[in-house]
Amino acid sequence: MAKSDTPLLDELETGKWPSFVKEIKQAAQKSPMAKDLLHQLELSYKDKIGHWKHGGIVGVKGYGSGVIGRYSDRPDLFPNVQAFHTLRVNHPTGWFYKTDVLRRFCDIWDKHGSGLTNMHGSTGDAILLGTTTEHLQPCFDDLSDAGFDLGGSGSALRTPSACVGPARCEWACIDSLGLCYDITMTYQDKMHRPMFPYKFKIKISACANDCVASVARSDLSIIGTWKDDIQINQKEVLTCASKIDIRKEVCDLCPTRCMEWNGKELKIYDEDCTRCMHCINLMPKALRPGKEKGATILVGGKAPIVKGALLSWVIVPFMKLEPPYDELKSLIERVQDWWDENGKSRERLGELIQRLGMRAFLKAVGLPAVPQMVKAPRTNPYVFFWPEDKEKEVK
Amino acid sequence: MAKTDIGPPNYKKMLPPIIERNYGKWLYHEILKPGVLMHVSESGEALYSVRAGSPRLLCTDHIREICALAEKYCDGYLRFTSRHNIEFLLDDKNKIEPLIAELTSRGYPVGGTGHAVTNIVHTQGWVHCHTPATDASGPVKALMDEIYNYFITMKLPNHVRISLACCLNMCGAVHCSDIAILGIHRTVPKVDNERLRNVCEIPSTVASCPTGAIRGDMKNKAVTVNDEKCMYCGNCYTVCPAMPIADPENDGISIWVGGKVSNARSAPMFSKLAIPFLPNNPPRWPEVVNAVKNILEIYAKHARKHERVGEWIERIGWERFFSLTGIPFTDQHIDDFDHATETFRTSAQFKWR
Repeated sequence: MAKSDTPLLDELETGKWPSFVKEIKQAAQKSPMAKDLLHQLELSYKDKIGHWKHGGIVGVKGYGSGVIGRYSDRPDLFPNVQAFHTLRVNHPTGWFYKTDVLRRFCDIWDKHGSGLTNMHGSTGDAILLGTTTEHLQPCFDDLSDAGFDLGGSGSALRTPSACVGPARCEWACIDSLGLCYDITMTYQDKMHRPMFPYKFKIKISACANDCVASVARSDLSIIGTWKDDIQINQKEVLTCASKIDIRKEVCDLCPTRCMEWNGKELKIYDEDCTRCMHCINLMPKALRPGKEKGATILVGGKAPIVKGALLSWVIVPFMKLEPPYDELKSLIERVQDWWDENGKSRERLGELIQRLGMRAFLKAVGLPAVPQMVKAPRTNPYVFFWPEDKEKEVK
Repeated sequence: MAKTDIGPPNYKKMLPPIIERNYGKWLYHEILKPGVLMHVSESGEALYSVRAGSPRLLCTDHIREICALAEKYCDGYLRFTSRHNIEFLLDDKNKIEPLIAELTSRGYPVGGTGHAVTNIVHTQGWVHCHTPATDASGPVKALMDEIYNYFITMKLPNHVRISLACCLNMCGAVHCSDIAILGIHRTVPKVDNERLRNVCEIPSTVASCPTGAIRGDMKNKAVTVNDEKCMYCGNCYTVCPAMPIADPENDGISIWVGGKVSNARSAPMFSKLAIPFLPNNPPRWPEVVNAVKNILEIYAKHARKHERVGEWIERIGWERFFSLTGIPFTDQHIDDFDHATETFRTSAQFKWR
């Protein structure tokens, strides 16, 4: 047998977990691009360094985002990946697919690109990995004919994404899918034509378990919650008692200690409950979120670059969210307008709020200060007062 | 001319009929066994989801194979999860076992539910990124091979979310993961001022540095880097291609622990530094795989039921985390960026055993 020219990557074909090397090799049987990708990657494994040049601006007509330019730094060795651009294709909300649609998607990609994808990328988009500049427009045209569109990239609204929500989860406090689709359709222009200081992400989780990590990575996080009492089915609590130790696993681990179990009945002191989801997670048949449902709106979440990672901060503890979502959309637009007006190039919303102050932000977007916004009030005495408030007092 | 701004395909057209009928009406769910969820609706109907692991990087022929399975067992409906798993959506309980048998015979791991390690969220790495300090798919594959049994079983104290980002840009929320694997550089960027003049803006390059290590010289159209202030984040390279930072011998991986995004019990929290540096050692990154496996197994042994990694460490204290795992504590673990002092201990409360 001939000696393999990818000995390092071949190592990763063994083992129980599905192998990405097998995927690249399978694509390489049809695509010279995938074949050169395999060999360039082998060189990276040997050299311990990436072999892609810095950036590159390419796109499709009418859009400023959705395509990521990529060029090999060794086109002499790997001419078929000289240009190897990515298309971000906006996924169907919740990542649900019918196979006829998915098959058509594959056919388009075999016609225009390497045959390699990410299902899905971190933004949520279906990622088409690797095609030439000439194929970008025809590929987009075919995608558009098949009912697909591109996602966001660069200094634009990024593809909004949402957890599975009411499609398959009893804990959904909001219609995360309906809302995500509505926002995506409403803001197509902001996604496809970058006009912001930097990226802007919106992620929607329908409960506080936050399955799409909204709090950690979105400039505007929407997290479902409720306001009234947890719904209890005492009969099912008794059934649960045969499977789990309710006192130890539920009551003792409740962060507010708002529950008591006497072996017959579960008592919840709802005024102390913070709706963390622990008890509901453990006893889904017995406990359910309340009936007065809505969402918490938070802003500022991001990864480290530039000024450090941030978790999103509460700006509206509870908002009812029902179509046409006018209150939320008006807030999103006020937030983006303030950021657009004041943000420096490559300054995320959270960093701008750090620089100009939450006080200025809240005033600009017209939100009242409420205690749910803070872990605790300030501990320093460096307090500002608005001149107009002082004038009012004098009168 | 293609139509623009049509948006994604409407998800409503992708939902299986059982979901259409029971949208928003689900009452409860049970995990029947690793990888199998049963959701029961007010109507009494039950939906069965069979979850399978995926390498995330999929070729079209493999996607077609997944389609064929979905057509055979679930009328052509499937979904992907937020952590890149594949979910087959069945309305017939009797099809679960035949589907699992076929998945298993074709090499798909079935699991990733409940108190398990689920799929590793990761970035592009050397496969397709222009700023990586390590590969992404390779370390993930090597690690998942090694901790495979934690995917197909549910024996951990709680679920463990592992994520990998190949540089500090962190595409994906690795900064809030139970265990995060992060590619890092360790040498300062090599400035090419000849090139910089033609391709970069000096003010935006200077502004890109979080620690103020870059000084601009507008007169000579050049920049200099203060080596002592640079912590190798690579953000200047993102802004200015004339400041390459990748360095095969010094790039590598750091390990972070104890983050979470869920509100269950404790509030969402960041991951904290556990291991400042491990070498890039392709194709199987043994140092990284062993380090993560060690942390995972110490957690599995010592944490109480339902404790996430971060909650376990908060209970036992960081000094015990380091002694139990045998990870050396160094001055790199002590923060020196903005707000560092918030992490310094101000109490006289310690654990010595």
